[in-house]
Amino acid sequence: MSIFSLALTVLIGVLVFVAFFHFSNFLLDYFRLKTPKKIAWENSIRVVIFIGPAFIVLFVFIIYPVFETIRLSFYDKLGDNFVGLYNYAWAIKDPDFKRSIINNLGWLIVVPTLSTFFGLVIANLADRIWWGSIAKSIIFMPMAISFVGAGVIWKFMYDYRGPGDQQIGLLNAIAVALGFEPQAWLTIPIWNNFFLMAIMIWIQTGLALVIFSAALRTIPKETLDAARIDGASELKIFWKIIIPYLEQTILVIWTIITLLVLKVFDIIYAMTNGQWQTEVLANLMYDWMFRGGGDTGRGSVLAFCILIGVIPILAWNLYRHKQDQKV
Amino acid sequence: MKKIRLSSLFSQLLLLIFVIAWIAPTFGLFISSLRDKDVLAISGWWTSFTTTEVNEIYRTEGKDAQVKEGDYYFIKSNLFGEKKGKEIFRFGVTSKNIDEYQVGESALFKDGTEITVLENGDYIWKSQEEFKKKKGKRVFVSAKSPPSFTLDNYKEVLFKEGLGQAFLNTFAVALPSTLIPLIICSFFAYALTWMKFYGRDILLATIIASLVVPLQMSLIPILTIYNDFGALFGVAAKSYPGIWMAHTGFGLASTTFLLWNFLKSLPQEMMEAAKVDGATHYDTFIKIVVPLSIPAFASIFILQFLWVWNDLLVGLVFLDKHPSEIILTAKLKELLGSRGENWEILTTGAFVSMTVPLFIFFSLQRYFIRGLVAGSIKG
Repeated sequence: MSIFSLALTVLIGVLVFVAFFHFSNFLLDYFRLKTPKKIAWENSIRVVIFIGPAFIVLFVFIIYPVFETIRLSFYDKLGDNFVGLYNYAWAIKDPDFKRSIINNLGWLIVVPTLSTFFGLVIANLADRIWWGSIAKSIIFMPMAISFVGAGVIWKFMYDYRGPGDQQIGLLNAIAVALGFEPQAWLTIPIWNNFFLMAIMIWIQTGLALVIFSAALRTIPKETLDAARIDGASELKIFWKIIIPYLEQTILVIWTIITLLVLKVFDIIYAMTNGQWQTEVLANLMYDWMFRGGGDTGRGSVLAFCILIGVIPILAWNLYRHKQDQKV
Repeated sequence: MKKIRLSSLFSQLLLLIFVIAWIAPTFGLFISSLRDKDVLAISGWWTSFTTTEVNEIYRTEGKDAQVKEGDYYFIKSNLFGEKKGKEIFRFGVTSKNIDEYQVGESALFKDGTEITVLENGDYIWKSQEEFKKKKGKRVFVSAKSPPSFTLDNYKEVLFKEGLGQAFLNTFAVALPSTLIPLIICSFFAYALTWMKFYGRDILLATIIASLVVPLQMSLIPILTIYNDFGALFGVAAKSYPGIWMAHTGFGLASTTFLLWNFLKSLPQEMMEAAKVDGATHYDTFIKIVVPLSIPAFASIFILQFLWVWNDLLVGLVFLDKHPSEIILTAKLKELLGSRGENWEILTTGAFVSMTVPLFIFFSLQRYFIRGLVAGSIKG
């Protein structure tokens, strides 16, 4: 399509929504002024206009699909016949599924931990150095890049040439310079998972970093100064004051990254597509959505497994929301 | 005093290591996208800043280029053709002895013809008899290659590989997918904050819960709805409006939540004053809330825009892969499969896909960070 027709489509798409809100409210105001007596249901209509579109979208795209996916997980390939726990039984026996669960658990342990740790360390370092804000910008930058873009960047880093050839991937060039054999990093089972995780850590450290940076500024300066005057070392201040103070923030960052990692798809899909034992749930699910014409039953089971992973976080968030509402 | 300085030096060094480790991958990609594709395939990007020595094979021109001067036939040309800039220091005419001669010396081919190669690649090939072969002969050269960069890869990728179109498509996906949620969620968040209605608390709790529901839960049912809808009305199941609404759905909870968080912090007295003055909710929304929310809108716009721009999964599921609909990330993934060894295409393509996010990142970093920090207050 040409630029013009694309721009027109975009404009119309957006204007439809603006027009809806404008005219419906305009009409309501118009009739309100026409009738001398205040209409009792004016407010109700207004509420419907305000929340209507968002509620419909919420219902169609989130609420209904959650229940529909759970329902489909008990149905066959095309979603026509009830098959009970058949899909779940399949999943338990499937080697790819087992692999995915193990890998997802690995991702869940390694990525949030290291991202949070690096973020915290870098935030602390950068806070005390005059060029710290430039450093923060640089480390934060991967946050802006797509997972696929990051995939290309790292595939280039991991590029492998035979032992005799010049290496063009940085990692192998370093390995060769240090006297090791070059490796095809992404094809070495078990270890390749860590090379994929490195990409996610590279991206998410920036997130942890900016949030920690903001949080660090809330630590009262007097507390830190007092500790320094008492002769505490920087390392001790870090462990005994800063970490306990940032406990909540650490928890929040941990959950955000955990949520992201549970859904990790793009990196695996772009780099290995689950080969060499790097399969994860989201990629396996995508696979089953289309493999052999698509299997909605198996796909749904896999999606449901991801949902189970987020349920503890969901419950915790709701609990905290309730506490907040009480105050 | 000395101890402090030492620890500060150590901190600086440690931070520097982090910075180098974090920037090197992206920097390498960027440099590679500017390198000549033949050089890129055989040497690491870190060698591109220095003059390197390369051994290469070139072929002279054939009989069509010959001229007769006096008793001799000559072929005069340049080994490098268009791509000049290298400096030859030795050359040879047999594969057994590729650096037999100094530049400027004359070398004899087996058939008795004589060639002289100069530093800049110019050569004079002299023969007593007429040249008869269409193809020239091989010349081996050892040359110093100075750092050189080119924009050729960008031309190739944008116009020949179809990334230019994918770039436009991504805009056509990302703009409405950002603006539509912003519009409908600002009304929604307003209602959740300032209007009283039955079920408000449950709705709010639903939003909080939806924040963490993985979008994988929605893919299959929505794809089914779209397919049914397409079949029922005879339209394409995969379309721009379809993906806009999907992105709106997946971004709805976070957009609403961030806006609700912001609107909550506005002073209640202001809203009540407006109500006393007889303003309707719509007036209040347009004239008071929207102008005050501009910074919040900016942050949310950036977050959602980047999210959509960088998304792959939604684009794969709800858009076709033909050129008029494919988005950048999907195109890049396709190239990874089909052009896996053509690093000039991949590095350049990746960099093209990163231009918009990086531009937003560097120009609007403040809003981006503000949005992230606000969003992180809760899950």
